[in-house]
Amino acid sequence: MSVDRRQFLADATKFLLLTGAAGQAWAFVAEGRPQDAPDYDIARHWWAMFIDIEKCIGCGRCVEACKIENDVPDEPFYFRTWVERYYIPARDVTSPRAEDHPKVDSPDGGRHGFPDIYPKEDGSKSFFVPKLCNQCAHSPCVQVCPVGATFESPDGVVLVDKDYCIGCRYCVQACPYGCRFIDPRTNTVDKCSLCYHRITKGLTTACCEVCPTGARQLGDLRNPADPIHELLRTHKVQVLKPNMATGSKVYYNGLDASVR
Amino acid sequence: MRAGFRDSEHLVRLALLFGVGVLLFLGARAILVPADFGELGHFRTGALDDNRRRPVVHAGRAACAECHDTAAALAGGAHAKVGCEACHGALAAHAADPDAAAPPELEAKGLCVRCHGFNPARPASHPQVDPEAHAEGASCTDCHEAHSPAA
Amino acid sequence: MHNLLPGVEGFMYPNEMELQWSVLIVLYPFITGLVAGAFILASLERVFNLEAVRPTYRLALLTALAFLIVAPLPLQLHLGHPERSIEMFLTPHKTSAMAMFGFVYLWYLLAVLVIEIWLEYRPYIVARAQSAAGWSRWFYRAATLGSYNLSPRALRIDDRIGRLITVVGIPSAFLLHGYVGFIFGSIKANPWWSTPLMPIVFLFSAIVSGIAAVLLIYFVYCLARGIPLDMPCLDAMGKFLFYAFLVDFGLEMLDLVHRNYEADESLKTLSFMVETRLFGSQIVLQIIVGTLAPLLLLGLTQLLSLTEAARKGLYATAGALTLIGIFAMRWNVVIGGQLFSKSFLGYTTYKMEFATREGLLPALVLIVLPFLILWALVRIFPPMLEYDPGRKPEANPALPAEPEA
Repeated sequence: MSVDRRQFLADATKFLLLTGAAGQAWAFVAEGRPQDAPDYDIARHWWAMFIDIEKCIGCGRCVEACKIENDVPDEPFYFRTWVERYYIPARDVTSPRAEDHPKVDSPDGGRHGFPDIYPKEDGSKSFFVPKLCNQCAHSPCVQVCPVGATFESPDGVVLVDKDYCIGCRYCVQACPYGCRFIDPRTNTVDKCSLCYHRITKGLTTACCEVCPTGARQLGDLRNPADPIHELLRTHKVQVLKPNMATGSKVYYNGLDASVR
Repeated sequence: MRAGFRDSEHLVRLALLFGVGVLLFLGARAILVPADFGELGHFRTGALDDNRRRPVVHAGRAACAECHDTAAALAGGAHAKVGCEACHGALAAHAADPDAAAPPELEAKGLCVRCHGFNPARPASHPQVDPEAHAEGASCTDCHEAHSPAA
Repeated sequence: MHNLLPGVEGFMYPNEMELQWSVLIVLYPFITGLVAGAFILASLERVFNLEAVRPTYRLALLTALAFLIVAPLPLQLHLGHPERSIEMFLTPHKTSAMAMFGFVYLWYLLAVLVIEIWLEYRPYIVARAQSAAGWSRWFYRAATLGSYNLSPRALRIDDRIGRLITVVGIPSAFLLHGYVGFIFGSIKANPWWSTPLMPIVFLFSAIVSGIAAVLLIYFVYCLARGIPLDMPCLDAMGKFLFYAFLVDFGLEMLDLVHRNYEADESLKTLSFMVETRLFGSQIVLQIIVGTLAPLLLLGLTQLLSLTEAARKGLYATAGALTLIGIFAMRWNVVIGGQLFSKSFLGYTTYKMEFATREGLLPALVLIVLPFLILWALVRIFPPMLEYDPGRKPEANPALPAEPEA
C-alpha cells in the first residue's frame, strides 16, 4: 500500500472515530449538559500527543485557541501551550570551533505568529517547535506536590485540583519544561490539561482542532486503532529532555538537537 | 514504687498531653480530609470531574457538519483537513444557538497571511508568498477560493 | 509584570520570566538554619560534654525556639492559599519533601525543643509558679503540668531524659535543615540546585550561622545585663565556628570544582550568571565578605596569641560577617536558581518590591521578629548565666528546696 493511501485510511479512521464520538457527545453539549456525555471509561485510555515539527508553520492558532478554550490569562507570562521559533545560523567555516547557540524567540508565545526578522537565504536553519505540558508518566511535578493538588489521572493526563492547590509553587520549580504557571486570578497553579473537558467527550484538544497542518495530533495509546501507533512506528520520534526520564508522552517528529 | 512514680509523674503528664494532641489531630483529619480523597491516587476524585466540567468553547468540525455542508465546501481543495474554527474562531456558542451567536466576519488578507505569509522557518513545501509582492498586494479571495483552494 | 520584560536577556520559556520563589523563601532556610545551628551548639555541651560552652546553653535553646516560631511565617506569607496549608498535615504527599517537612518541623518543635527547654527550666517554672504574681503565675502554673516534684531523683530523671532528647535532637536538627537542602537538591529540573551535596552544604552553613548567631546574641545579652563575658566560652565558640566554616567552605569549593570539571550542559549558563547577575551577592558578599574574611579573622585568633579585647572584637566581627555571608548563600541558591532559563538560553531579573506580601518590608519584619520573641522568652525563661544551669541542683543557691505541696 502506498504511503498516501495509508495516510488517507489513517486520517479517515480518525475522522470517523472522532466524528462518531463527537457527534454523540455534541448532543449533550448542545443541550448544555456536557458532563453527562456518554460513559467515558477512564480505564480504556492513555492519552499522548504527536507533534510533527516538519509540519508546523508557526501560525499560532493553537496558542490562541488554547487561551480562549481554557480561559488562560491574556498577558504574555501565562501559557498552557506556546510555540518557539529556532534560528540556527550557518556555521562559520573560518572558525569551526566557535560554538553558536540557536536564537530562540516566542513573541507572546507565538500567539500572533512570528515576525519575519531574520535575513533570508543566509544558510541558516529555522523551524517552529510547539510546546505544552508533556503529560509525563513519571511526572516530577506530581512527585513534589506536598498536598496532592496535582496528579496523574488514570488515563494519563496530569491535572490540577484548583480547589486543593495551596500555591506553594514547588511543582513549577520541578517541571523541566517550564509548562506550569501561577494563575494570578486564583493564586493556584495552572497548566495544559490536554483539554480534559474535551477529550473525555470524544472531542480533540482545542490546539489540535485548529492546527491547520495537522502538526499537532492527539493520540490514545491504549486504543489499538489510534493513528498514533502508526505515526510512532514510521517516524523517528523524540521527547524533550529525555535524560530527565520523565516519561514524557508528547512525541516529536523532526526534533532537532538544538531544541531545548 | 509510688515514690518512683511520683518522681516521673510530670513526664507521664507530658506524655498524656501529647497523646491528647495526637488524638485531636487524628480527629481533625477525619473531619477535614475530603471524603473522596485517595480513591484513585493521592488526590481528590472530585478533581477529575472539576476538570471535566469546563465549558466547551470550540465546537469541533463535526458539530459544524451538522448544519453546514462542510464536506462539499472543502471537497478536493487543499484546506480539506483544516478545522473550521482555525479560521472562523471558537464557535461552540454559535453551534448551541446559531442565531444568537453569529460567527464574526472574516477579513481575508489578514487571515490568510497568518498561515501563508512567507517565513523562512516554515517548511519549504508549505504554500507561502510575500503578501506585498504577490499579486501586487491584492486581496487573497480575489483569486483564491477560501474553502477549497487549489492544492 | 510587564516591568519584567526589559530585564529578560536571551530566551526564557514564557512561563519562566517571573520568579516563583521570593526573598521570603530565602529567609526560610536562613531561619531554620539558625535553629539547627543554635541547637547543635547547645548539644555540644549537653551530649559531648563540652563544658566551655555551657554559659550559652540556655541562650542557644531559647534562640532556637524564637527562630523556630518565626520559621513558618515566611512560608505562610508566600503561599497562594495559606488557609489551605493545613492540607500538608491532613493529606501529606509522601513523595514530597515539602510535605514530610511539615512533620519534621512539628516533631522538632514539640518533641525536641519545647520538651528540652521545659525540662531544663522545670525548677525555675516550679519556683515561679509559687512565687510569681498576677497572670504570669497562671502561665507558670500551667507550665508545671500540675507537678511540683523537684526531688533530687526527679531532677536526675529530668537530666537523663533531657540528655536523651538532645541525643535524638541532633539528628532531628540535621533533618530539620537537611530537609530544606533536600527540597532544593532533589529538583532534577534545576541544575543549580540539583546535587547530592545540597543538604550537606545547607547543614554545615546552618551550623556556622547558628554558632555565629548565638555568639552575637551572647555578646549582646551580656553587655545588656552587665555580665562579664566568659572568655573560654567565646574561645570555644570561635574555634568551632572556625572549623565548621572550614568544612562548609570546603564543601562549597568542592561543588564549584566539580561543576567546572564535569562541564555539563548547564555550566556555561551558570558561569555566566555567576559572573554577571550574581556577582555582587555571590563573589563579593558570600565568598569574600561572608566567608574568606571571617575565616581570616577567625584564623588569626586560632594561630596568634591575642589579647582578650582583640579576640572579642574579631569574634564579633567574624560573627556578623558570617551571618551576612550565610544569608547571601541562601539568596544565591534560591534566587540564583531562578535567574536563568531552563532552556539555558536566557536570564531574567528579580524585582523585589517593598510593601507587598512578599516584598522587602515583610522580610525585614520577619528578620526582626525572632529577636523580639527572644527578648520575651528571655524574660519568661531567664538564661541565668550568673548561675550554674541546673545540672547540680543541690549546689544551686537560686532554686528553692523541694516545696511542701
